Parts: sequence; structure tokens; C-alpha cells
Amino acid sequence: MNAPEKVTWKDFETDQEVRWCPGCGDYAILKAVQRTMPDLGVPKENIVFVSGIGCSSRFPYYMDTYGFHSIHGRAPSIATGVKLANPELDVWVVTGDGDGLSIGGNHMIHVLRRNVDLQILLFNNEIYGLTKGQYSPTSKVGTKSPSTPDGSVDLPLGPCAFALGAGARFIARSIDTEMKHLTEVLMRAHDHKGASFIEIYQNCPVYNDGIFDHVKDKKTAADMQLHVRHGEPLLFGKEVQKGIRLNPKTISLEVVTIGEDGITEADIMIHDETNKVLAQMLADIHAPDFPEPVGVLYCQPADGYVEGVYDQRIAVRETSGPADVNALLRGGHTWAVS
Amino acid sequence: MSVVEKVTQDDDLNVVSDVVVRFAGDSGDGMQLTGSNFTEATALYGNDLATFPDFPAEIRAPAGATFGVSAFQIYFGSDDVTTAGDDVDVLVAMNPAALITNRTDLVEGGLIIADSGAFTDKNLNRAGYSENPLTDGSLDGYRLISIDITAQVLEATKPYGLSHKFAVRCKNMWTLGLVMWLFERDRSPTIENLKSKFASKPEIADANIAAINAGHAYGETAELPTGVEVYRVPRADVSPGLYRNVTGTEALAWGLLAGGQLAGVPITFASYPITPASSLLHTLSEQKQFDVVTFQAEDEIAAACAAVGASFAGSLGVTSSSGPGISLKGEAISLACATELPMIIINTQRGGPSTGLPTKTEQSDLNLALFGRHADTSLPVIASQTSADCFDVAIEAVRIATQFRTPVMILSDGYMANASEPWLVPDFNDYEPFPVSYETSTEKFTPANRDPETLARVWAKPGTPGLEHRIGGIEKNFDNGDISYDADNHQKMTDTRKAKVDGIARYIPEQELSAGQAGGKLVVVGWGSTYGAIHQAVKRSRQAGMDVSHVHVRHMWPMPSNLGELLGSFDQVLVPEMNTGQFVQVLRSHFMLDAHALNKVSGQPFKIREIEEAIAAQLEVVS
Repeated sequence: MNAPEKVTWKDFETDQEVRWCPGCGDYAILKAVQRTMPDLGVPKENIVFVSGIGCSSRFPYYMDTYGFHSIHGRAPSIATGVKLANPELDVWVVTGDGDGLSIGGNHMIHVLRRNVDLQILLFNNEIYGLTKGQYSPTSKVGTKSPSTPDGSVDLPLGPCAFALGAGARFIARSIDTEMKHLTEVLMRAHDHKGASFIEIYQNCPVYNDGIFDHVKDKKTAADMQLHVRHGEPLLFGKEVQKGIRLNPKTISLEVVTIGEDGITEADIMIHDETNKVLAQMLADIHAPDFPEPVGVLYCQPADGYVEGVYDQRIAVRETSGPADVNALLRGGHTWAVS
Repeated sequence: MSVVEKVTQDDDLNVVSDVVVRFAGDSGDGMQLTGSNFTEATALYGNDLATFPDFPAEIRAPAGATFGVSAFQIYFGSDDVTTAGDDVDVLVAMNPAALITNRTDLVEGGLIIADSGAFTDKNLNRAGYSENPLTDGSLDGYRLISIDITAQVLEATKPYGLSHKFAVRCKNMWTLGLVMWLFERDRSPTIENLKSKFASKPEIADANIAAINAGHAYGETAELPTGVEVYRVPRADVSPGLYRNVTGTEALAWGLLAGGQLAGVPITFASYPITPASSLLHTLSEQKQFDVVTFQAEDEIAAACAAVGASFAGSLGVTSSSGPGISLKGEAISLACATELPMIIINTQRGGPSTGLPTKTEQSDLNLALFGRHADTSLPVIASQTSADCFDVAIEAVRIATQFRTPVMILSDGYMANASEPWLVPDFNDYEPFPVSYETSTEKFTPANRDPETLARVWAKPGTPGLEHRIGGIEKNFDNGDISYDADNHQKMTDTRKAKVDGIARYIPEQELSAGQAGGKLVVVGWGSTYGAIHQAVKRSRQAGMDVSHVHVRHMWPMPSNLGELLGSFDQVLVPEMNTGQFVQVLRSHFMLDAHALNKVSGQPFKIREIEEAIAAQLEVVS
């Protein structure tokens, strides 16, 4: 027998012409996902990408795995069906802020609540790209768009806080162009059994260009990104001198600087990814008052839905007879006519 | 025929050929349970029968309210029985509301059994009676057994030490005992049912058994009004074999499981609760030893999408609902059309539009089934005609969906779903398997490959090495499945999808006549659960010498290839439907037929008489 050829990230490229706009953050995410694939330890034929509708949802066409580009907002439901039919498959959902949180918001709640073993990548660019630039449920108040020429007036939702509220057991955030960070987060998400929710800050160069520049800009990144790692202090800044402290009087997080006002490293919170209260606070802090937390905000595994369904089935089959249609039809009261 | 008209005297018994009994009471009075036990006893006795449970949308309406009346009708006889009967011979009225809402369906001289204990001033007022009809003479045209059943039951159940509340709940069994006496039914199956149902509460079982026996004994010993005696309904002449009662829901669920085995395909059943379709989800959820996974989704759309996802992964995705839910599933069904995946959608139709009459029956979703999606998304539609027929319809749907890789819509309705009928249980070994072949070969593989005969697209399920591919809602290149916006290609793909569905007509049976022969004066064309009423109406009309035939269509789309020619051979075509005329329009436009509509949209099934009268009127026009 020949040893199987080693699969490389190149094996996950398709022959399809990639049709995102030049400079779109999706290119970088695609590359990061392709580079993650060979390290999953999953046979290529067992990988499935499911998407809804929108720019991000073109993703499956560019992954040489099984893929299903479905309908607007419904990728979590399609993926649940895939998983119910074959729990062995490694299923990834690709969605966006409009697809996953607006038209498909209900399915997102329930796929997270049920804890279906999927990796859900939500590309958040705070805009509707494919339909030419309308504001989205994550757009900041005042976003000017064709449908809100005088600026949007409704409050946005935070994807990570949404996921936490829905009962997600794995919540992470990363950034399109941070290849190393993103691949690490993808691996963590894959390792987590259950629904893994990853918000990816993604730039739309055409309709919402630069929306995350304050986080991504090399000059300010160190001050504007809070890399959270389980068991490590919540420190950030060029000199790694700034940190996050819990103010017990207000039960809220605050930015402090080590060496100022008597602050020492002992005052800085240690990240505990199993702490839901901390995860909630991290999900809710944003620039400009805070650095944007990136990494695994929350990871607290629980029983998965599909596993539960199959466990029940196994239990029934241990006591019931074999599946016999004739016996089924003759179960209950029957009578013979001669 | 009715209990009013005795056929013969036999051993001092009144022999009648068929009887309609309706049990009516508050929704909490247990009328459905009473009816189903009487049905079982009647089936065991050897009569042919059909039933019609008719219950309110409110789970627990205020006691005594007219809108809370729950009824169960059974028609049984010595000849073949295919409807629940037109007119009621025996009405059991557990309170004034049950009497006032059902009396008009009672034949002149029919028998009323009323619980006088429930005819209190409060209940009379609530039902809208100013005087007590049991005593004011207004029921003089009927025969009346007015008994204080409540008092009888309290007395009969005294030894078991039940609270007043629980003791009174045995009223339905007391009444059942009396009706069983009236028609010589055997109480023992019901007694066994009670023992197993209340196995953990023997005192409740004993009290109910005492009640049924007391009701029976009352019939035997009490002096009942003149003419109220035991009736004998001779056994029906039915084919020998093993029988059971089956509802449309049960038959449909079992047919799906059977079809899955014949195809060699696991089933993923995804649904969202809706009346009257939910019971299908319940029934399948109890069958985990079969290769079926059930999923209660968060909404109708999710249910349909999960079914599509499951089919992509190599299962047969099935989703079910009633009209309003089917509307929501439309986009997902179109996705299954576009991606050419197998799928089954079951529509248990109810009265509409919108919430309409959720517990009543209608056939008004034919247009929805045929046309209710965006774009050109033709799909096969199959309608079951009786409760038992749902079994074969489900198997047929599995066959077509898996062989042609297309969504298939099954049309059932609230009447069929809940009504039970005796079923000569088939031998599953007699069914021909239709195994599915998943693609495994990588040679020249593209997801666009299709069978040259059936035009079915290749089914390559995830997990198969070397067949990794992408599908989706965007138009696909005919040759390789890549996304394509090419104009000629879209025309070709649209034509191909249509040709595939149209071509299924070559793989379904030719249309046969249910009664009569081609080339006559009049053909009555039906579909779905109007079968029983049309069957009886045509039979009676033919017995009366009329030239009328019956065609009942199962394959609503594509239609059998000979249907146009067959219908065209008749001078006149009459199409009874429980809608405002949907199939009649299809027949008119498709075959250029001058078909006449007979429509009823009251939430109630056709009466045999209504169709008989229409046949007579139609033939009079012709002659």
C-alpha cells in the first residue's frame, strides 16, 4: 500500500475564478481557512462548507470540499440537516452579518442553543455588500447608506453578545487580515465539540471601507487589540503596560495602566474562557473606549444536539426489536376476517 | 338506510344495513376516546366502517360552550362504507351545546341520547336555549333517551372512592356502554384498553369499567321509549385477511418508513408543530428502531432547509406542515428544485386562508402545491384518497423523489389525517424494492451528470472520496455544474428541469376508472379525500340507472399520460372539490375540457347526497 499523499492547502483551492471585489477581506479569510484545512486531521471528503446568501456566502465555491451555497439566512438549518443525516461530517457554516443575524437570526439562535457540532464563521463587515451597500444589523448608528441616506437610527447588535445570549458554548473573534491569529482561532473552534461561533472583522473596500482600520492599523493595533488567552492576564498596548481591571463597585471592566495610580499586574484580570460573566463583559467592550477583544472569549463545552439524538436512537435499538415494517403494520389491535 | 327504517325482523331484533352514530360533548368529555373505542369494537364485530373526528381548535374551551363541542362520527354497515355518512341516526349529546350544534344533522325520527344531568340552566343558557329541549316538546320528531348520566355514573363508581371530579369523568364510558348495548358490540376490547391505559391507577380503570358495564346494563334493563331496542347490523362482506384500523397520519408515517427501506435510504424528518400535521412528527418520533431521524425545528423554514441539507448529505429529507407552513417552506423547496435533490413535502391541508379553520378539512392547497413557488419550479404532486391509501402514496413519493432527485409534494388533509378506516394489512414482502445508487466513481464525475433516461441528477453524498463538489442556488452549467450566467445555458437548464418532471408521467400508472367505463355521458373526476363520497354517489347513481363513471386522480402532477384522452371520451365532466375550483381549472387549461365544478368550502367533507344531486342535475342538462 502506498502512503497517502500529504494534503496541502493548495488541495483546497478550486478551479473557480474568485469573484470578490479587489481588496475584499474575504480573500484573506479564504486563505486562512484553506491553510487550516490540512491540519484538521479530517479526510477531505468529510469536510462540508455550507453558506447562505451574500458576498461571504460565495465561499464554498472556492473550497475544494463538499459545499452547498444555499438560501438567504438558512445555512445553519441546512447544516443542521447535513449533520443530522451524517454526524461524521465536519461541517462549516459561512455567513455574514446580514445573512446570519438579520434574515437568519432565528436559525442562528437555535443552532447555537442546540449546540450542533458546527464551525460557524460570521464575516462581519457591518454592511450589505451584495445588494449594494445598505446598512446591516451590525452597522453603527449614523451609518449612511442607500437605504439610510441621513444615517441609520437603530442600534446595532454585537454578534458575540448575541451568540452568548443564544447559549453558544464557544465564542471567538478574529480579524480577516490577521492570518496567524485567525488560523489559531479556527483550530480552536474545530477542536471544540458543539457549535463554535467565530466573528471575523472583515473589511468591505467598496461599501464600508476602513470600518475596522482603528483595530487593524499596524500603528495602533497593539493599543486597540486585546488578545485574550485562557489563564493569562488581559494585558495590551505596545509596551504591554495597559490592562483590563474589574471595577467591583460598578461591576464593569476598565482600562488601567500598570505603574500608574499604584496599579500592578496583580490588579489585572486573568482571562478565564469558562467564565460566562467575563465573556459577556468582553463581548460588550468596544473601541474607542476599550481595545477590541480578540481570541477565544468563551469556551465551555456541553452536550451536543446531534449526539443526543443518536444516543437516544441507540438506546431504543438496544431494547426494541429490529426495524420490521410488517411487525410495525401489525402492531396494535388487528383482527382476522376469514 | 337508518335505524328509523327497519329492514327485517330477525329474532326480535331490528336489522339495519348501516348506521351513523355521532358522539358529541364538551372537548373535555372524552368523545374522541369514546369514538375510537366504539370504532374498534365495530371493526371487531365485522362491519365495514369509516369515521370522522371533528374537534374544536380550542384545547379546553369553557365548559358548555358551543364552540367547544367535540364530535366523533362513525358510519358502519354491512355494505362497503367509504364515507363517515351523510345524516346522523344516533346522536349522543352530552350537554345542551352538543345538542344544539348537531341536531340539524339528525334524521327525522332519529335517536337522541342526552345526559339530562348536564342540561342545567347555566348550560342551557350558554348553548342559547331559553327552554329545556328535553322537556319542552321541541324534540318530538325524534326518539329521545333522556337520562341523568351524571347521577348514574356517580352511583356506579361509588365503590371505587373517586373524587366527584374523577367519577364524573367516567360519563363517556357509561354512554359508550349504552351505545354498545344498542348495537351488540363487545365491551371486552375497551375494557382491556382501559386496564392498560390506567395500569398504574387501577381504581380509575375499575371505575371506568364499572361505568361501561352500568351503561350496558341500563340498556338491558331499563324501560326505554318505544322502538328503542337492540339493532343488528349484519357483518360486511369484506375480503379475507388481517385487518386493522388506521388513520391517514399513521399510514403516511409507516409508508415513509417502508419507502425508505425499499429505497435503501435513511430518512431525516424535519417538521414544526402545526395542526393538523403535527401528529406525523409524533408518530415518526416513536420509531427510532427504523432508519429515521426526527427533528423539531425552530420554524417551518428551518424544517424545510434541514430536509434539503439532509438530502444533500445522502438521506431523504422529509418535511411536513399544513398550508400556512407550506407557504413558508416555498423558498427551500425551490432550492431543492434548483439543486435537483430528493425531498418530500407533506401538506395536511386544512381550512384557510391564514389560520382559517385549523381543525377542519379542505382541499384548497392544490394551487399552492402546483404553483406556489417562485420561478419555474414544477414538481410532482401526489394526492392520497383515503386514510389507508396514505401508505402507498408515501411509498410512491419516496420512489419518485429518490429515483428522479426532485422534491415531491404529498397532499393529505385534516379529514384523512384524523379519520380511521379498516385496512387489509398488506404484506411488505409484496412491495418491489427501488434501491438508490449513490455515485461512487470518480471517472468523468461532475455534479451535473444525469441519467439519460430519467434525467435524474447524480447523487454524490459527502463522505465519498474524490467526489467533492459544490452545489447551490445559482444557475449551473449544464455540462459541469459550475455556476453559469450564460443565457443559452439557463434556457437549457430550465428546459431540462421541466423535461425531467414532465417525463415522470412515463413512470407512473395510467389513469384507471374507479367505476364505469370510458365513453359515457358523465364522468365525475375527483382527487384526494372526496373519494369516498364520490364513490358512493356514483355507485348509487349507477344503481339508479344513470350513465355516470368515476375517475379519481392520484398523480396531480405530472398527470397520467392517458388522462386527457380518457376524460375527453365523456360527454360531460364534473369535478367536485373542497375548494373554489382548483383542479377543474387545471383540467380546463391543460386538456381544453369543458369541465364543470362542484365546490364545497365549509370545512366539512362532501355528503354523498350532495354529489348524487349534482350528478342528477348534470345528466338532466345533458338529456
